[in-house]
Amino acid sequence: MREIQCRLLIIGAGPGGYVCAIRAGQLGVDTVVVDAEPPGGTCLNVGCIPSKALIHAADEFHRLAQLSSTPSMGISAGAARLDLGATMAWKDGIVERLTGGVAALLRKAKVRLVTGRASIRDGKTVLVETPEGPVQIRTEVLVLATGSEPIELPALPFGGKVISSTDALALTEVPGRLAVVGGGYIGLELGIAYAKLGAEVTVVEAAPRILPQYDAELTRPVAQRLTQLGIRLLTGARAGGLSDSGALRVAGVDGAEDIQADKVLVTVGRRPRATGAGVDGLRLEMAGPFIRIDERCRTSMTGVLAIGDVTGEPMLAHRAMAQGEMVAELVAGQRRAWDKRAIPAVCFTDPEIVSVGISPEEAAAAGREVVTGLFPFAANGRAMTAGDETGFIRVTARPDTHEVLGIQAVGAGVAEMAGGFALALEMGARLEDIAGTIHAHPTRGEALHEACLRALGHALHI
Amino acid sequence: MGIHAIRMPDIGEGIAEAEISEWLVKPGDILREDDPMVAVMTDKATVEIPSPVTGTVVWQAGQPGDVIAVGAELIRLEVDGPGNVAGDAAPQAPAAADASGPSRQAETAPPDPEPAQAKAEPEPEVEQPAAKPPVRPAAAASAPLRPEGERPIASPAVRARAREAGVDLRLVRGSGPGGRIGHEDLDAFIASGGIPAPSGPQPDGSVEEIRVIGLRRKIAERMEAAGSVPQITIVEELDATALEDLRGRMNAQGKGVRLTLLPFIARAIVRAVHEQPLMNAHYHPEAGLIHRFGGVHLGIAAQTPHGLMVPVVRHAEALDLRATAAEIARLGAAAKEGTAKRDELSGSTITITSLGPLGAIASTPILNLPEVAIVGVNRLAVRPFWNGAAFEPRKMMNLSCSFDHRVIDGWDAAVFVARLKELLETPALIFVEG
Repeated sequence: MREIQCRLLIIGAGPGGYVCAIRAGQLGVDTVVVDAEPPGGTCLNVGCIPSKALIHAADEFHRLAQLSSTPSMGISAGAARLDLGATMAWKDGIVERLTGGVAALLRKAKVRLVTGRASIRDGKTVLVETPEGPVQIRTEVLVLATGSEPIELPALPFGGKVISSTDALALTEVPGRLAVVGGGYIGLELGIAYAKLGAEVTVVEAAPRILPQYDAELTRPVAQRLTQLGIRLLTGARAGGLSDSGALRVAGVDGAEDIQADKVLVTVGRRPRATGAGVDGLRLEMAGPFIRIDERCRTSMTGVLAIGDVTGEPMLAHRAMAQGEMVAELVAGQRRAWDKRAIPAVCFTDPEIVSVGISPEEAAAAGREVVTGLFPFAANGRAMTAGDETGFIRVTARPDTHEVLGIQAVGAGVAEMAGGFALALEMGARLEDIAGTIHAHPTRGEALHEACLRALGHALHI
Repeated sequence: MGIHAIRMPDIGEGIAEAEISEWLVKPGDILREDDPMVAVMTDKATVEIPSPVTGTVVWQAGQPGDVIAVGAELIRLEVDGPGNVAGDAAPQAPAAADASGPSRQAETAPPDPEPAQAKAEPEPEVEQPAAKPPVRPAAAASAPLRPEGERPIASPAVRARAREAGVDLRLVRGSGPGGRIGHEDLDAFIASGGIPAPSGPQPDGSVEEIRVIGLRRKIAERMEAAGSVPQITIVEELDATALEDLRGRMNAQGKGVRLTLLPFIARAIVRAVHEQPLMNAHYHPEAGLIHRFGGVHLGIAAQTPHGLMVPVVRHAEALDLRATAAEIARLGAAAKEGTAKRDELSGSTITITSLGPLGAIASTPILNLPEVAIVGVNRLAVRPFWNGAAFEPRKMMNLSCSFDHRVIDGWDAAVFVARLKELLETPALIFVEG
């Protein structure tokens, strides 16, 4: 059996693992990263990237279809036609380019990528079943970056017409009727995309409203758009199994109902992969279903660190990347600790949602006094010229120092503002800092400027 | 809906202005008629001013510590009905509102023989606090240190540098707005020797700005005035053994309130003042007048959470020992709780100051102007006393008394103190007639 020695071994080449590996390589750490799939993890292969490709294609098709039925802005179009197989091939091309790019970056950083399923023997030893045979890797530091996977409902096991988000990104035909179980961001992103591609979509959500982790003010524009798109929304409803005829059984507030569906997409959340690959054999201390870590991503076992979805919420690629970078620098002997002030969260729904820091609702729940300012896109020139005035930007700050505590936005294209919002929080910006920064005209970003002015009591354009 | 402006009422005693000591409402609050809306401080009393109407607070004049002239606008309420202000002009400039309505002012303010003149003077006073709106932002901007438990604000680059240098940012002073720590703050911290020892005394460079307002300002003003008066202080020793025996026996009877030394001293002062009435007087040098009082209104200096206050036992000459004790106890409690009324805190004619067990062996009491005498009571202690044959333990105590030397000669002062000593050493003398 082949044996490899290294200083740092990373299990999982997702956003957390591959970033950790690249950074460690840059710092001269002898690094090995293991994954059974092409590098990039859920994000590149079956998550963020392919779903955004599908959402973009759906937007383009939907716009064309609208113009062919209802000319607007003086533009009319012929009938829009869709070849979803070709769309998926285009999407796969993007995914291949990116995973290939990651592999190249790993090579450039002199990181060894071992393809195969890993199984952990102990905190220093991992066995990998590669296509060329088993390889034993001995390491000084082990990083667990095993990620997460979609949760399966016992009554609706994946298979047949019941599909996961991964399957939904590989369909070659638009289902005539699509039932989505779970009104979180993944279910809504895909549900909206398929509605735009022509599917008749029903969303079943157990909570009283969609996107329950966000406040009602922020999610209301999305709920309204669902109606406009003809998506049927059943809130406070629980999905059961499939009936004999293949319909989805739903127990709603108005009684039970069978929903006819060609595909049933189950997106009820993701769970950490904290048991497979022999991780459970390490008997690490857990925090619920997650591996417990400290502010340096250390687990309860010396020399074993963990990053990404397996370590807890929010299960987001950019959090994993930041943890991966930090861990690599720690392994290289630098002094680091997790001190991020803000992890932006984005929903690529229509309209998009961004949230950084706390919301006014959370501040109230914590008994915290805040000042807030909200500026609607209906008063923003760029939003009008782009033909979509839905949504707003909202800022929350301390009343005494005016330090910005949170920024949320809902509207077309607001996802691109997430970085700016997070920058404001990381830099400890005050309302006056943002209000004193020239925001280019005409852009949607002016709404942030105005929201801060409004929180200070002197908005100009409202 | 209209705006009803309420002006600072005339709160008596010829007072031309009052200092806001506390707002009891804030903009947006709904006030009912007779709800207290603001506490203002005149001389030494705090008076709560009730609202004459029902409405919602929309504007307030100034902050605690600001002085508002009687007749100047104090607060504006949004009320049902037309209100008493035309338009909603200039809540920032009460002077302008005044100029627009001298006749309206006459409606709300009590009749004033010289309204024009009375207004002309205090007006600028009122405008000043209104003319400095950026007080809050400025305070926030210059806040040098974070309150306990607040995390430091610093950019990621500063945080990373601090971590690499082993600096705990919680110990670093932020000079930026809102206490933000910049690179230069970190540089300064490292240059100054950096990492402070985890324990041991640390140099504290902080300077806290405390506004001298309210009672503290009144005390400062009065002390300053008293400082310019030539005072003579006489310290005399007295043997309080007999007095303590009497006090112990009377307390053992368990009647009425527990007696402290103060009511005995109060009675002795009443007695001594009877023989030397000039000690119970007010001197008004600007008028060239001394008011010599028949009644003895005893000021009792008391430390309260808000500062020094002097509640007054009125007509001490008409109270017996137990009644005096009860009145002192009642007033002391009222002063501490802040419930003492204005007339209970003013009008004294002579004052006693006592720090009880902290009373030191001697002190130099400052006159409570315009009074001319103050009696300071020092600590009681058992000391050896030579009785001519041997030392014996006696309960000894000093009196430190100050007098206004402009009107009280040293001889008279010494006679007064000697008389107090005599009365307190032989307490029966306090109580025998004639």
